[in-house]
Amino acid sequence: MTNLNRRTFIRAAGAAAALGTLGFPSLVLGASRRVVVVGGGVGGCTAAKYLRKLDSSIAVTLIESKPAYTSCFMSNEVLSGERTLQSLTFGYDGLRRYGIDVLQDTVVGIDPEKRQVQTAGGRAFDYDACVVSPGIGFKWDAIEGYDEEVANELIPHAWNAGPQTELLRSQIEAMPEGGHVIIVAPADPFKCPPGPYERASQIAHYCKHHKPKAKITILDAKDAFSKQGLYIEGWTKLYGYGTDNSMIQWVSAAGGGAVEALDPSTRTLTGLVEDFQGDVINIIPPQKAGAIAFAADLVDGDWCPVDKRTFESSRHKGIYVLGDASSAATMPKSAYAANSQAKVAAAAIVAGFQGKASDDPTFVNTCYSVVGEDFGISVAAVYRLNAETNTIESIPGSGGVSPANASPEIRKREVSYAHSWFKNVINDMME
Amino acid sequence: MENMKRDKTVHTGVCHLLLATLALALPVAVAAGPSGQAMSFTCAGCHGTDGSSVGPSMPAIAGMDPEVFVDAMQAYRQDERNASIMNRIAKGYTDEQLKEMAWFFASQRLRLFPQTYDAALAEQGARLHEEYCEKCHEKGGRPGDAGTLAGQWMPYLHYSMEDFLSGKRKWPRKMKRKVDAAIEKAGDTAIPALVNYYGSHR
Repeated sequence: MTNLNRRTFIRAAGAAAALGTLGFPSLVLGASRRVVVVGGGVGGCTAAKYLRKLDSSIAVTLIESKPAYTSCFMSNEVLSGERTLQSLTFGYDGLRRYGIDVLQDTVVGIDPEKRQVQTAGGRAFDYDACVVSPGIGFKWDAIEGYDEEVANELIPHAWNAGPQTELLRSQIEAMPEGGHVIIVAPADPFKCPPGPYERASQIAHYCKHHKPKAKITILDAKDAFSKQGLYIEGWTKLYGYGTDNSMIQWVSAAGGGAVEALDPSTRTLTGLVEDFQGDVINIIPPQKAGAIAFAADLVDGDWCPVDKRTFESSRHKGIYVLGDASSAATMPKSAYAANSQAKVAAAAIVAGFQGKASDDPTFVNTCYSVVGEDFGISVAAVYRLNAETNTIESIPGSGGVSPANASPEIRKREVSYAHSWFKNVINDMME
Repeated sequence: MENMKRDKTVHTGVCHLLLATLALALPVAVAAGPSGQAMSFTCAGCHGTDGSSVGPSMPAIAGMDPEVFVDAMQAYRQDERNASIMNRIAKGYTDEQLKEMAWFFASQRLRLFPQTYDAALAEQGARLHEEYCEKCHEKGGRPGDAGTLAGQWMPYLHYSMEDFLSGKRKWPRKMKRKVDAAIEKAGDTAIPALVNYYGSHR
C-alpha cells in the first residue's frame, strides 16, 4: 500500500509537471511560423529537430553549405587509424524525415529588421525566428607564416573534420620511423578543450604500434589544460610519460610552448625561448565565431553574446546563437553543450510563438576522451542559469572529471561509453 | 503471446493518461526551475532521443518504471551504485526533479534496436529466465517494476551483472539467491545465456 501510494504520487506529480510544458501548436494562433536555421552542425541540427518535435506546425528550413555533416568529435580516432572519416560523415535525410527543409547553400547575410536570411545562391528566406550555429572560424593573423592556404596544403589544423584530417593522417603515416610530430595548442577559449591532448594521445596510440621511436610534442599557449591529471595518468601508463623515453612531451606556455611564427618550408616553429622542428606539424590556431556571425553583426569581440535563458542574441532580437560561436561560459565549446543549448533555444522559440514566458533553462555537458587502448576518461556537468549575472553556472556538488586512479575496468568502460555517446549524440541531432 | 504483451503496454499507457488527466484537474502551483521535459531532453546525448538509446553501452530508459528510475538516480547520487559518470550527473538534481524526469521517461515509447546474439545461448537463457527470473522480471523482462531487461542493450546488461557479482552494486531482495542458483545450474554460461536471451527480444 505504501508502495502504491508512493508510485501514484510520483506519477501524479510528474504528470502535472509534464503537462505544464505541453502547449498547443502555434498553428492555432495564426499562420504557420517560420524558423530559418543557419548551419548544419550539432547546434543547428538539434535545434531544427527539436523545434519540429515540440511543435510540428513550425516550418523549419536548415541551410548548410556542405552536402553532409562530418563530426569533428571522434575525428582524433581517424589520426590513429581506429576509424575512417567516412564513419563520421552523415547525410541530412534524417532531418528531412522530420519535415525539415534542408538546403545546400551558404548564408551571407541576415537582416534583423526585415527578418530575412540571404544566401550566396541569391535566395532570401523570411523568418519569424532565426537560429545561427556556424561553429568556429580561425584567427589567421595569430601565428606569422600560417594561413588558410598553408593549412590546406601543408600544415593542417584539422580542427574542423574533413580533408585536413586525412592530410594529417597521411603525413603521420608517411613520416620516418623516429619521426617528430608537433601539435600547437591554442589559448582558451577554443572548440573542444580536451581535444589537442586527445589528439596527442591518439597519435601516440598509432605510433606505439607502428613507429615506436616517434615523439609527439605539444607546444601549448596555456599553463594548464582540460582533464590534465587524467591525461597525465593515461600517458604515464600507456606512453611512458615522465620517463626519458616518453613518447609525449608537453611544453607549457611558461616553459616556452607559446609559438609566434612558422616557416612552412622547413617545418620550423619559432617559440619565445627556442625553435622547434618537426616532421609533421599540426597547428590548432586561436579561434573566433564562424564568418556569418561577423557578417550578421552578432559578435562582441570574438564571440556572440546571448541571453543565457534563451540563447537569443544580445545584439539582435529574433536571432538565436548556439554552440561554439556563442559566448556561453562556463559551458565549454563542445558538441554536447551545443546539443543542450539547442533544446533550450528551441523551447524558448516555441514558447515565444505561443506568447508564453520561457521556462528556466537547464543544461548538461558530457565529454569523453579516448587516451588509448582501454583508457577512456570523461568530464560532465549539470548547469543552471544565474539570472542575476546572466551566467550559466555548474550546480554545486555535481559534475567533474572521472576519478583519478580508477580501476582498469572503469577506464575500459569509458572507452565503450565514448563510442556509445557518439552514436547517441549523432542520433539525437539528426536521426 | 505477442498480443498480450502489446495489450499490457496499451493498458499501462491508458493508466498514465488517466492519471495525467486527473492531475490536470488539480490546482497546480507554478513550478520554479526547469520543466521535467527540459531536464529529460538533456539526457538524450547519452541515452538517445526520449530515452531510446542507440549506443549499446548506454541503457535505454524510455518506458522505465518511474519508481525504478528514481531509486536508480538516488543510488547514483549517493555513490551507492558503481558508476563512471551517472553519479556525477545525478548530483545535479533534487528529488522533485528526479520524479519529474521519471515521469517523462515512463511516458515515452521504448524503441528497441536489433542486436546480434547467440541463438543457442539465448535459448538456454530463456529457460534460465523462466526458472529463476520471471517471477520478478515479468513477461521476459519487459519494462516494469524491476527495470527493463527485454531488448536492453547487451553490453550494458553485462556491465550490470559484473557489478552485482563483484559486489559493486547492491542486490535487490532475493536476486542474489536466484542468480547464484542459476549459476549453480548453468555454470559460467548462465550470465551470457541470460544476457543473450534479453538481447534477442525485438
